[in-house]
Amino acid sequence: MTASGPTADLNALEQDVLASITEAGDLTALENARVAAIGKKGRISAEMQKLGAMKPEERKAFGKAVNAVKARVTKALDTRKGALEAAALAEKLATERADVSLPVRDGPETRGRIHPVSQVLDECIEIFADMGFSVAEGPDIESQDTNFTKLNMPEDHPARQDHDTFYFAPGLDGSRQLLRTHTSTVQIRTMLNNEPPLRIIAPGRVYRGDSDQTHTPMFHQIEGLVIEEKIHMGHLKWVLEEFSKAFFEVDDVEMRFRASHFPFTEPSMEVDIGAGTIGKPGDWLEVLGCGMVHPNVLKNCGLDPERYQGFAFGMGLDRITMLKYGIPDLRAFFSADLRWLRHYGFSMLNTPTLGGGLSR
Amino acid sequence: MKFTLSWLKDHLETEVPVETLLTTLSAIGLEVESVEDPAETLGAFVVARITEAKPHPDADRLQIVQVETTPGKPTHEVVCGAPNARAGLIGVFAPIGTYVPGIDVTLVKRAVRGVTSNGMMCSDSELQLSDEADGIIDLPAEMAKHIGEPYINVIGLNDPVIDVAITPNRPDCTGVRGIARDLAAAGLGTLKPELKLGPVEGKKAPSIDIALKFDTETKDACQVFAGRMVTGVKNTASPDWMQARLRAVGLRPINALVDVTNYVAHDRGRPLHVYDADKLKGGVHARMGKKGESFLALDGNTYDVDGAMCVIADDSGPLGLGGVIGGELSGTTEDTETVLIESAWFSPTRTAATGRATGLITDARYRFERGVDPASVMPGLDLATHWILELAGGTPSKATVAGTVPDTSKTIAFNPNRVEQLSGVAVSAKDVKTILKALGCKIDGKGEKLNVSIPSWRPDIHGPADLVEEVVRIVGLDKVPATPLPRIHGVAQPVLTENQKRTRLARRILASRGLVECVTWSFIPQNEAEHFAGGQDNLQLANPISVDLSTMRPSLVPGLLSALHRNQNRGFQDAALFELGQTYSSAEAAGQHLIASGARAGSETLVGGGRDWQATARPVDLFDAKADLAAALSAMGLDIEKAQITRDAPSWYHPGRSGTVRLGPKRILAHFGEVHPATAALYELDGPVAAFEIFINNLPPEKKKAGRAKPALPASDLLPVRRDFAFVVDATVDASTLLRAAEKADKKLISNINVFDVFEGGDLAAENKKSVAIEVTLQPHDETLKDKAIEAVSEAIIAQVKKATGGVIRG
Repeated sequence: MTASGPTADLNALEQDVLASITEAGDLTALENARVAAIGKKGRISAEMQKLGAMKPEERKAFGKAVNAVKARVTKALDTRKGALEAAALAEKLATERADVSLPVRDGPETRGRIHPVSQVLDECIEIFADMGFSVAEGPDIESQDTNFTKLNMPEDHPARQDHDTFYFAPGLDGSRQLLRTHTSTVQIRTMLNNEPPLRIIAPGRVYRGDSDQTHTPMFHQIEGLVIEEKIHMGHLKWVLEEFSKAFFEVDDVEMRFRASHFPFTEPSMEVDIGAGTIGKPGDWLEVLGCGMVHPNVLKNCGLDPERYQGFAFGMGLDRITMLKYGIPDLRAFFSADLRWLRHYGFSMLNTPTLGGGLSR
Repeated sequence: MKFTLSWLKDHLETEVPVETLLTTLSAIGLEVESVEDPAETLGAFVVARITEAKPHPDADRLQIVQVETTPGKPTHEVVCGAPNARAGLIGVFAPIGTYVPGIDVTLVKRAVRGVTSNGMMCSDSELQLSDEADGIIDLPAEMAKHIGEPYINVIGLNDPVIDVAITPNRPDCTGVRGIARDLAAAGLGTLKPELKLGPVEGKKAPSIDIALKFDTETKDACQVFAGRMVTGVKNTASPDWMQARLRAVGLRPINALVDVTNYVAHDRGRPLHVYDADKLKGGVHARMGKKGESFLALDGNTYDVDGAMCVIADDSGPLGLGGVIGGELSGTTEDTETVLIESAWFSPTRTAATGRATGLITDARYRFERGVDPASVMPGLDLATHWILELAGGTPSKATVAGTVPDTSKTIAFNPNRVEQLSGVAVSAKDVKTILKALGCKIDGKGEKLNVSIPSWRPDIHGPADLVEEVVRIVGLDKVPATPLPRIHGVAQPVLTENQKRTRLARRILASRGLVECVTWSFIPQNEAEHFAGGQDNLQLANPISVDLSTMRPSLVPGLLSALHRNQNRGFQDAALFELGQTYSSAEAAGQHLIASGARAGSETLVGGGRDWQATARPVDLFDAKADLAAALSAMGLDIEKAQITRDAPSWYHPGRSGTVRLGPKRILAHFGEVHPATAALYELDGPVAAFEIFINNLPPEKKKAGRAKPALPASDLLPVRRDFAFVVDATVDASTLLRAAEKADKKLISNINVFDVFEGGDLAAENKKSVAIEVTLQPHDETLKDKAIEAVSEAIIAQVKKATGGVIRG
C-alpha cells in the first residue's frame, strides 16, 4: 500500500531534509540545513503550522507524525554535528605536531648529591641505633686534659707527640687548647656527664698535622663506647662482626683480631677485615682499633672500675667509606670537586634504612 | 724491629713452620710488617763449575762455557761475557726461568750471536748481594763440594728476615730474645737458656773514672752508668756470621767493637756504647747539657745541646747524647787498643724529648724511649765484654758502676677470674699462671688471691687489666667468643636528638633542591677568616700545616665560595654547593656552632643552570638563596613566614639585596642574600653568587605533641572568593609589611594572600614608588559571601594597608 495525502508528503519531506543533513560538509552548511528544516520558517515548522487549521481527529494523527519527523531530524542534526566537530578537531590537532624527541631537563632532585661521608654516617647510625647506640657529640676544639690526660696519656706520654697535634696559642692561664686528634674525647665527655649503662657512637671531624695521599690534616672518625657492669671483649667482638656484616652488606665477613696497644684501652686490639670477603684486593685490611676501656680512664671519669667495665672502638669514617664504595683518594673528600661529588655522591632519595637496605 | 729466623732460633727451640710463626707474631701483638725470604728470591741460584771454556766463534769478548751443576750429568752450554770466566772456576749459575734481580730479567733460552745460551753465570751484583760487578762470582776451590746446592745455603744467607712493628709499650721486644720469649709463651717452642759466658770480670779497676753529675731535679735522666775497660784489643772486622745478621737487619758492619754493641742491642734490646779509651780526656760522666755546647755525632752531623738533654761527657765536653747517639771523636777505629764499654740506663721521657728535639731516630733511642730493662745494665755489660773478648781479644778490667739500678719491682694482686670477666674467655687458673710465668712473672698466693711479680723488662704492666691482656693475647684473641650485646628494646627505639634529626632533614632537602653537598676544611686562611668577621687570636693555630689552613672558620661561606671558585676554574660556571658543618666563634665548646649553608653561582637556579631550549638561563639572585633557606627551615619545622626578615645581614652580603631571618631581636636563625661584590672579588668568582647560612642551634625546639593524631580538617563546602588589589607604595616599603597589614583586615575570612606582581619601573620609578599587586582569597565558613561583605573586607584591606604603609590603590 502506498501512503498518500499529507502523511505521504511528510515522508518525502523527511527524506529530503535528512538528505540535506547528510550532505552538509561543514558546520555552516549543517546550520543552514537546520534552519531550512526546523528553523522558524523551516519546512517542518511550516508543516506544524498547518495543524491549527485541521479537524481534531485529522490533527491528532498528523500531529503525531510531524512531531516524530521533527524528532528524527533533530537527532540526525546532532549526530551530524558531532561527526563534523570531531572531524574539524582532528584536522586542527593534525597541525599541532610536536617534536617528542626533544630532551627534558633533569630536576633538582636528580642534580643534588649527598656527600659520601654523610651517607656512610647515616648508614652507621642506622646499624648502631638498632643495637641500642645513641649518637653523642663533642667539640672539635678541646683541652689537653680531655684529648690526652683523661685518656691515660699524662703530660710526658710519648703518644702525645705521635698525634701531630694542632695547638692554639696558650690562654691567659697558660693552658693550650688543641684540635681533637680523635673522637675518643667524646668518650670522656659522655662518661663524665652520664651514668652507665652507656651505649654511644660519636662521629666527627678530627685533626692531625699530616698530609699525603692517605692522610689529610682533617678527617672523620666514628667512636663507639659501651659501659655496663658485665660487658666484655666477647661483646665487643660481636658488635664489630655484626656491624661489619651489616655495613659491607655481606652475609659473612672474615675478621682478624690482633693484640695491640693504645694508652686508653687494656686489653687492646686492632681489627682487620678479610679483603676478599668485601670484594677488595689484598689479604687483610686494617679497619679499626679497639679494646676494653682502661681502668685509669674509667677512674678519670669518676666511674668505679671495680663495678663498671666496657669497650671502646674507633674507626676512620672516610676509610670505611673508601673501602665500601671503592674511592681511591682521601684528599678528594675535601676538595669539593663537582665532578667527584656527582660521581661518588648519593641521591637524596637513597636514605639508608635497615628494612630497605643501606645502599641500592 | 728486624730479625732473621736463625737469630730467633738462637733463643727459641722450635720446629714450627715460618707461616705459623708469622701468624702468631701478628696475633700476639707483634705485627709482621714484612718478610723477606731469600729462598724465594735467590733459591734458584746454585753453586756450579765451569768445566770447559772456549772462545765464541763470532764474538771476541764472549766465551762459550760448559757449566756443571750435577757431577756426572750433562753440562749446560752458556754464553758468557765475563773476563774472569775460565775452565775450573767455581761460581754461581742461574738456569733458564730464573728471575735475576740485579738486572731485572727473567732468563729465557736465546741465541747470542748464533749460539744458544742455557742459563747464566752470575756476579754478586746480579744477585744484589753487593755492588761489585768485577766479573762473575769466583769461589774458593773447597766450594767444589757444594756444587748443585743453592748458593744462599752455602753462604748462610738462606735466612728469612722478619720485620715486626713494636708498639710503644714493649721495650722487651726490641731484642730478639724478648720476641722469642713471647713466642715460647704462645706455645711455639721453648726459650733456650741464657748463653754461658766466659770469665768477663778482670782484676784491675779501670783507669778511667765514671761518674754521674746531676742535681736532684735531673738525676732521673741517668740513674746508673756502668763501664768496663778492655785493654789490648785487636779491632778487626767482626766474623761473617755476625756481619750477615747485622746486614740482614739493615745495619752496616763497622768493626768488631761497634758490631758487638749493635748485636747486643738487637739481641737483647740493650743498647751499649764503646769509646776508644785513649781518646778520652779525664773521666767520663753523665750530666745535663749546657746551652752553647755541641758535639760531632757518629752520623757526621754536629748537634747543639741544651739543658734539657742528657749528655755523656769527658773533660773536653760532651761526647754524645745519652740514650740517643754517640760521638765521632771518641769512637773506636781499627787502631783502637783500649776500649771503654758503657752500659747505662737513660730516662724514657727525656730520651724521647731529646730525640724529638734533635730529630734523631736511632736504634738506641728506639729502645731507651720505650724503657730499656734497668736490670740489664750489668748483664748487658758482661755480654758485651764476652763478645769483645771473643772477637777482639784483650784483657778486661773490673766493672765500675756509678749510681744504682732503679728499683722497678712491682707486685700486682690478681684474681685469675678477672680474665674471663674482662675478656669473656674461660681460662683455667692453672693456664693463667703458666702463661704469666712463661712471660717472666713470678707468682705466689693461691685461688683468687694471686700476687704476681712483674719482670723488670715489662714497665708496661701496671694492674690486673694489663695481666688480662697478657693472658688473652697469648691464649689467642680468636678464642674470645663473640657474644651478643643484650638487646634493650624489642624493636629498636629512635636515638637521634632533635638537632641530629634536623641536620639530616636539612641535608636531604637541600640535596633535593639540586645543591651538592661538600665537606670543606674547618680551618681557612687568616685573611679570609677576617673578611668573615673571624680570625681572633685564640682561633689561630699555633702550628698550622700551611697558611691556607691556619684559622678556624667563622662561617661556612668562605669554604663554599672557595670551592665554587675552584669549580669555576675547572669550567663549571654554574654550580650550587652546600655544607653542614661547624663554625667557631671561640675556643670553648659553646663557641662551636652547627650551620647549614649553601651557595649558588652563575645561573644554577632551582631549574638548573646553563641554557636550555625551554627556559633561558637567569642569573641567581637573593630569592634563590631565600627559597633554599625557606625549604630547609620548613624541613626543620619552622615556617619562615612566622619569622621576621630584617635588613642587617653581615658585611659579606650585598647591603641592599640580603636579609637576616630572626625570631625576635636576639634570636638570629639565618642570613641570606647575594654575595657582596667585594667578597665575590676576593674569591675571583665569575658571575653572581647567592648564599645562605642557617644557625641550627638557634632554632626553637619543636613543641612536644601529646599524640601523633593530626587535627581535624576544617574544609568548607562554600566556594572561596578571590579579589585582586594593586597598591602603590614607597619603594622602600617591605612587601611583608603590606601583607601583614592586609591580613589584619579580617583574619577569619582571609585564608591566603599572594603577591602576584611587583612593578617598579616607568613613572613609578621617578617618584620612588612601586606597585605591589596582591590576590586575596576569602574563604567563607557559614554562608556564601554577599557582595556587601566582600566590599567591607576590601575596604578594610585598603584601609589597613594605607595605615601601615601609606599605600594607595593604584588608579
